[in-house]
Amino acid sequence: MTTMNDFMRKLIVSDDTIAPKEPQYRHIEQEMIDRDRRGFIDKIMSGALGGSLMLVVPMHSELFGELLSEEPTISLDESKKKQYCFIVDVTGCIGCGACCVADRKENNVPEGQYRTWVERYVIDMLGEVYVDSPNGGEDGYSESRDDITNEIKDSYFVPKLCNMCDEPSCVQVCPVGATFKSPDGFVLVDNTHCVACSYCVQACPYGVRFINEQTKTADKCTWCYHRVRKGKEPACVAACPTGARKFGDLNDPESEVAKIYHSKALLSVLKKEQGNDPRLYYIGAGQEVI
Amino acid sequence: MDAQVLNYVFPNDMHPHWTLMIVLYTYLTGLVEGAFIVSALSYVFGFKSLQPIARFSLVLAFSWLLVVTVPLIIHLGQPTRAPWMLLTPNYDGPSMMAGFGYIYLIYTLVILFQILFVYRYEMVLFKATSSGIKHHIYSILTLGTNDRSKEGRQIDTKVIWLFGALGIPTASLLHGYVGFIFGGVKAVEWWFTPLMPIVFSFSAAVSGIAGVIVTYIMIKLFTKRVYEIKTETLKTLIKLLWTFFIFAFFFEMLELGVHAYSVTENWHHVKAALEGPMQWSFWTMQIKVLSIIPFFILMWLSLRTIGRIALMFWGVVVSIMLLMQVFFMRWNVVVGGQIMGKSGRGFTEYFPEWFDKEGILVAGLILIAPIVILWLLSKIFPFWESTTEGER
Repeated sequence: MTTMNDFMRKLIVSDDTIAPKEPQYRHIEQEMIDRDRRGFIDKIMSGALGGSLMLVVPMHSELFGELLSEEPTISLDESKKKQYCFIVDVTGCIGCGACCVADRKENNVPEGQYRTWVERYVIDMLGEVYVDSPNGGEDGYSESRDDITNEIKDSYFVPKLCNMCDEPSCVQVCPVGATFKSPDGFVLVDNTHCVACSYCVQACPYGVRFINEQTKTADKCTWCYHRVRKGKEPACVAACPTGARKFGDLNDPESEVAKIYHSKALLSVLKKEQGNDPRLYYIGAGQEVI
Repeated sequence: MDAQVLNYVFPNDMHPHWTLMIVLYTYLTGLVEGAFIVSALSYVFGFKSLQPIARFSLVLAFSWLLVVTVPLIIHLGQPTRAPWMLLTPNYDGPSMMAGFGYIYLIYTLVILFQILFVYRYEMVLFKATSSGIKHHIYSILTLGTNDRSKEGRQIDTKVIWLFGALGIPTASLLHGYVGFIFGGVKAVEWWFTPLMPIVFSFSAAVSGIAGVIVTYIMIKLFTKRVYEIKTETLKTLIKLLWTFFIFAFFFEMLELGVHAYSVTENWHHVKAALEGPMQWSFWTMQIKVLSIIPFFILMWLSLRTIGRIALMFWGVVVSIMLLMQVFFMRWNVVVGGQIMGKSGRGFTEYFPEWFDKEGILVAGLILIAPIVILWLLSKIFPFWESTTEGER
């Protein structure tokens, strides 16, 4: 797939030029060359002058507009491969909205559009479920709902973000291949290639996609891929005061997410029947959460 | 809790992302298919009664076809990147949208070449008698041939048959395909059904045939040649319209019926939408006013012996109603599916702006454009009187 190739080339080129003496990057590049030497040369040739220049002129990747990576997330070596996952502990979320504010600042998300949001669930004694999310929960929930007359049985907050599906509908339907899955499992959008037809927005079962008003291309939560590539955690995870948002590598037995994932904790995913195999898990989310 | 009462939609779903332009796109592709079917029935299946309007229908289909991609491109957030659809299509998914460009191009070529062969002999004659720009146009369109022989014209007939025969599956594919763009989206309960391509195909035929009837009679009326309208042709068109409409309506109701009878969780949401924000556009307009009434009018026109004037009058009335019915159907599919938010707990609303980029004014211009194109094409391709008719 052209976009995928471009993406790989950008990563390799940028890594190489940022840290030319780092042996691990040489190693990745060497593996790529060994695996498909002819294909690699083809890619350079097809890039012609521009592609060749990129290999010799130090320049940063423009994929996310900043320097990438002090720590590799992509490894072609299966034993080093990372398997990222996101766990939201609903029982820990206090609905403060700090995650949403952090996300908007980190990713320059236009007002009125949401890469992440927090929903408030209220369930009364009759089992009726009330859900709201004014301004995506960004302003916190200082006001209680006054339209519920029955006694309240339960109430909690549910943060929503990209489910980073293993079988992403958005990637399937994108007519030009601008939405793709990176080798380390992140579903991303190449906004220099996106035509903004909105088909991915329709196909996402979770409503996490939108057409960014400023860039006029499809946009969504990336689990802060640009930060993860630098060895940092996503902005919302860093901002969460209660640790309700958890992120890490399942292949790292010391990571919090791996410990939870392999424990007896009851994890659930949203809209399981859609068959998208999300890598976003919830602890404590009731059946009523869609 | 009733979805209407709760009314919670995900924050990014507060407005539909596919607007009036996408409704128009589905509507225009449908018109093309229907008009093409009329011509194919004459050229391929030898319907004698449709012969007088065969080439008119073909040119009409072509004039609609030329504007099909306009609303699509207007809708794109990055219209200049539209060629990526053809240059880097995602066949890994595969994306159902990625093949549309190719199918559209193939279909355009099929219709174009069929038109060139239908008019080839006449254009050779026109080339000899015309001068100036017209002469040049005919020189290009005849692709350099001056063949007036009987053998040449026999080959024309065979090629026309071949293109017509190729065009039928291509037309079905084109519009069935548009249906699948919706029918394959599992995230939207109102769209996700294998019946969608079938519903789209039959309703496409309905709108196209109705479009042929209206334009045929209107053109004759405005050119003061009503006497040229052939009753037999009109009667056949009306019977065809009735037949296709029965199938279209049957499949529309089958889709709804299966949904309703299964009483899944999704149905509760769909039902609430149909009884709430879509009550008027779906039940009142699409079903009651624009389906049930036309059904009985068509039955009456098809089964009874009707006077020529009444046939023309009611033919136009019922055709306009069905053109509206199909438009409402497209609207209810495209917009309806998005009104039902993915939260399963509420609905959003949509009404196009008048002067927006994707608004009503632009939509009106796009709908008028094919009429202007048709008028221009009539200067090159005469619709009705064939000077060679007697010789064939």
